[in-house]
Amino acid sequence: MKPFTYERPADVASALTLVAKIPGARFLAGGTNLVDLMKLQIEQPTHLVDVSRLPLAEIEDTPEGGLRLGAMTTNSQVAADARVRARYPALAQAILSGASGQLRNKATTAGNLLQRTRCPYFYDTTKPCNKRAPGAGCAAIGGIHTNTAIFGASEACIATHPSDMAVALTALDARVETKSGSGEARVLALESFHRLPGDTPHIETELQPAEMITAVVLPPPPAGRQIYRKARERASYAFAIGSVAVAGDRVALGAVAHKPWRAEAAELALEQGASPAEAMAAELEAARPDGHNDFKLKLMARLGAACLTTTGAGDGQ
Amino acid sequence: MSSVKDWAAPTPISENRSGLIGKGVDRYEGRLKVTGTAPFAYEVEAPSPPAYGVLIASPIAKGRVTLADISEARVAPGVRLVWTPHNVPAQGERGAKINPRSQRGSNPALAERVEHFGQHVGFVVADTLENAKAAATLVRFEYAAEPADLIFEDRFGAAEQPEGEEDVRIGDFEGAFAGSPVRLDETYVSPLQNHAQMEPCATTAWWEGDHVTVHTSIQMVKGGQHTLAETLMIPSTQVRLVTRYIGGGFGGKGQAYDDLTLAALAARELGQPVKVAYTRQQMFQATIHRPAVHMRVRLGAQPDGRLDAFALEVVTHCRREAPFTEHAANFARSLYAAPNRLTGHRLVKLDIPAAGPMRAPGEASGMLSLECAMDELAEQLGLDPIELRLRNEPETDPETGKPFSTRQLVRCMTEGAQRFGWDRRNPTPGQVRDGRWLVGLGMAAAIRGNFLLPAKAGVRIDADGTITLRQGMTDIGTGTYTILAQITAETLGVPLAQVKVELGDSDFPPAPGSGGQFGAATAGSAAFAAGMNLRKALAELATGDPNSPLYGDDPELVTFGGGNIAVDNRAEPLDRLVARAAPDGVYVEGSITPAADARDYSQHTYGAHFAEVGVDPDTGEVRLRRMFGVFAAGRILNAKTAMSQITGGMIWGVGTALHEYNEVDPRYGSFIAQDLAGYHVPAHADIADLSAMFLDEVDDKANPMGIKGVGELGIAGAGAAIANAVYNACGARIREYPLKPEKVLAALP
Repeated sequence: MKPFTYERPADVASALTLVAKIPGARFLAGGTNLVDLMKLQIEQPTHLVDVSRLPLAEIEDTPEGGLRLGAMTTNSQVAADARVRARYPALAQAILSGASGQLRNKATTAGNLLQRTRCPYFYDTTKPCNKRAPGAGCAAIGGIHTNTAIFGASEACIATHPSDMAVALTALDARVETKSGSGEARVLALESFHRLPGDTPHIETELQPAEMITAVVLPPPPAGRQIYRKARERASYAFAIGSVAVAGDRVALGAVAHKPWRAEAAELALEQGASPAEAMAAELEAARPDGHNDFKLKLMARLGAACLTTTGAGDGQ
Repeated sequence: MSSVKDWAAPTPISENRSGLIGKGVDRYEGRLKVTGTAPFAYEVEAPSPPAYGVLIASPIAKGRVTLADISEARVAPGVRLVWTPHNVPAQGERGAKINPRSQRGSNPALAERVEHFGQHVGFVVADTLENAKAAATLVRFEYAAEPADLIFEDRFGAAEQPEGEEDVRIGDFEGAFAGSPVRLDETYVSPLQNHAQMEPCATTAWWEGDHVTVHTSIQMVKGGQHTLAETLMIPSTQVRLVTRYIGGGFGGKGQAYDDLTLAALAARELGQPVKVAYTRQQMFQATIHRPAVHMRVRLGAQPDGRLDAFALEVVTHCRREAPFTEHAANFARSLYAAPNRLTGHRLVKLDIPAAGPMRAPGEASGMLSLECAMDELAEQLGLDPIELRLRNEPETDPETGKPFSTRQLVRCMTEGAQRFGWDRRNPTPGQVRDGRWLVGLGMAAAIRGNFLLPAKAGVRIDADGTITLRQGMTDIGTGTYTILAQITAETLGVPLAQVKVELGDSDFPPAPGSGGQFGAATAGSAAFAAGMNLRKALAELATGDPNSPLYGDDPELVTFGGGNIAVDNRAEPLDRLVARAAPDGVYVEGSITPAADARDYSQHTYGAHFAEVGVDPDTGEVRLRRMFGVFAAGRILNAKTAMSQITGGMIWGVGTALHEYNEVDPRYGSFIAQDLAGYHVPAHADIADLSAMFLDEVDDKANPMGIKGVGELGIAGAGAAIANAVYNACGARIREYPLKPEKVLAALP
């Protein structure tokens, strides 16, 4: 761990100013990912601006009939909220399928969106990685790890985004509210918040330097069923090898791309009367497996079709 | 030398007058552990403020260090020393005293020659851990890399017979197999696995004059002491090694690692205590692992199921410089009858970290082959898998013809079948559903050898009546403290609260440590012997003391119970006797050695596993629904700790079937999984309803107490029961472990 300094400002404006002013400064929320990465010196902030106790931890009803999740709401808090459970069950399911109880108690809504990939070559600092050192190359390409992207990968990066929560939020058409150092506020659609790797895989979101997530806003719940299902290598405390969120007419897939993957081709096919299996086949036409992750085609075809077919009741994991 | 016949006589243990033997006594050190007040090696308080050491690992798999520039690191804040291959102090050769089965290469630590990815090439000590870590990144290395052999499967052609071993052939396997009307020939693969202990390797070291004290996390206290003495080139008498608690060993801490060597060297150099711990990543890359194993099973049977021919041929791997064989075929030599038999091992040498023993070495991976092959053969024959095993139950050891000391395998299977509801199994796969889940049942047998090694123990009674057992034994979380307290209390007829147990110190009478499920029998038998010697000493003390009510009695007639020493109705409390007649206390030692005729018996522990799993046809995910095991492992000393060991073993077996694996990157020689987020062992949610029972048993050929080991038996065969249940659930027969979703999904229609 590189030496760093730490401070805890009293309000959002001070936090924004500090991060804008100090080179190498970073926001610290739950720290469940950032601190681990600092120990491995993958992240090397010079200064941590602790935003975890800023007044951004409320869950509020919006006038439109949705919910605003403050950036510092914890994963446990959101998953347990009666309004979330009643109106956004896919979100509660997704959060509870991730991490462990201890981690969910610390991890925040904003931090969850900003967690970094779990690609083992990203974590092993003896290996080239374009995320850690742009231009260094990608050890995952040509490696033997199988939990890699089948959509939207590039020659620079085949990593996936590890979040469960963000997949459900994508299906729920959530918005991300931000503020930057100048005080300017922005709203981004979650589905365009994360980026595909292209030749800049180290730039993972559309956030600008010193821009902070202040809330995630859920629109009114869509008509129709919601479900989140996740496949993984053990029953708990494992990242997805594939996941599916369905919320009304919207479908999102997890662990298949550098970002939560909105399955627009599947949605379109369904709209045109395709069966669930046909819709997933339409979506997977664009998939480009690399020989190691081919299993994800069959997995996503089946899991997607099952989620689009099931009522979501009575056969939990 | 003693004979096993000596062990049949009644003892305080077999009489069990206080009922302490077998009782589910709480862990002796349980309160300390759950309150976080049991100091582990890294947490031990040194006599003066310590410095902190950090290890630097090689990013290449093979070659040598050509440059190590310490100029920046040396002047970084708080840095006390920086060592590389070019300036690390001289270290002695590891010679005769080293455990011959040690998987560590020769000295020195921080060798210039790199033999595997993750080998340590640098070491930084600073005033704080943070400063040491920061400075470690400033040491600049250059390497001359050389081509390395990294991939097991690519090197099958170079597989060698392990040195000093021969295949075991009985009858004419090839001829009999060729003539068998029903044949099976399948290969099963168990992957490379890591120990994944919670506590990393760690040492706190300090010197007083020319004597060094090290608190470290090692399963074998004496082995560690001698190894360190050789490394430091000082007599063993100048090394005190202490291991009070171990946060998981599993065979991975049977030997000394670089934390021990370098903490001791640096503490000497600096004249200050030094603490060194491995990182989680270093635990994967710079200790040992269970190697991958390819197991070809051939079974030739008559239509009635009787085996004519049996072969299990194993190919495994080790580090080039550290020969070790995963003896995955050995268990099968005593399991099923078959007149024509072939078992043997081949070894591939690779440039990856060393292979070594991991909990139930041999059985843990080996039984994943034969116990599935028996399931497959049973289906071919149209027999129930239990019935097939019953038809091949041997009367004597199928290879040596020796009598079994005890063998209750059949009862384990039949009792387990009844309690589990085996009769509800539909032999046709894929027929049972629960919601979307496909549900299946599977079973497997379990066998694991039982051992007794030489050991000593010391026991003293003080004037206040406190009895203290001391032994250079370790408790790796298995319950050793607790059972030694029970044995001592029962032997001397005192309440448990009157007994203290002190372990893990090289100054104490030596015991071989924890491993191979020999710990309880070995350490316990020595403790029992010491207790018997103390009885004798106290009997002589009392009967020779004119102030004792026992004065003049025959020492042979003295009895112990309720904290008293007595003859007939004349009695006095032990503390009164000792306070009066031996106010400085009485100390005696006892020892155990294997009986001269112990090898005249085929001696094992046995069990049977039953599992019910669900398979998700959408994802290929397998979930354990319930599991039950029946075991026969001699007299059970502690119902609670033994059950914890046996069910913990079963859970480990679930992991071998479904979760655990690591892989070597073919380009770098590094493991893909280097932390516990990437290396999966079962989580609570994976286990559901899992339980076990022990059959009543006393093995009077095993040791004076008739007990056997339980630490590894639970693993043996457990994973095969899961794999067989997966087949029964969905018809997917996967012979390459673990049965992770992508493999199950690929095998599903």
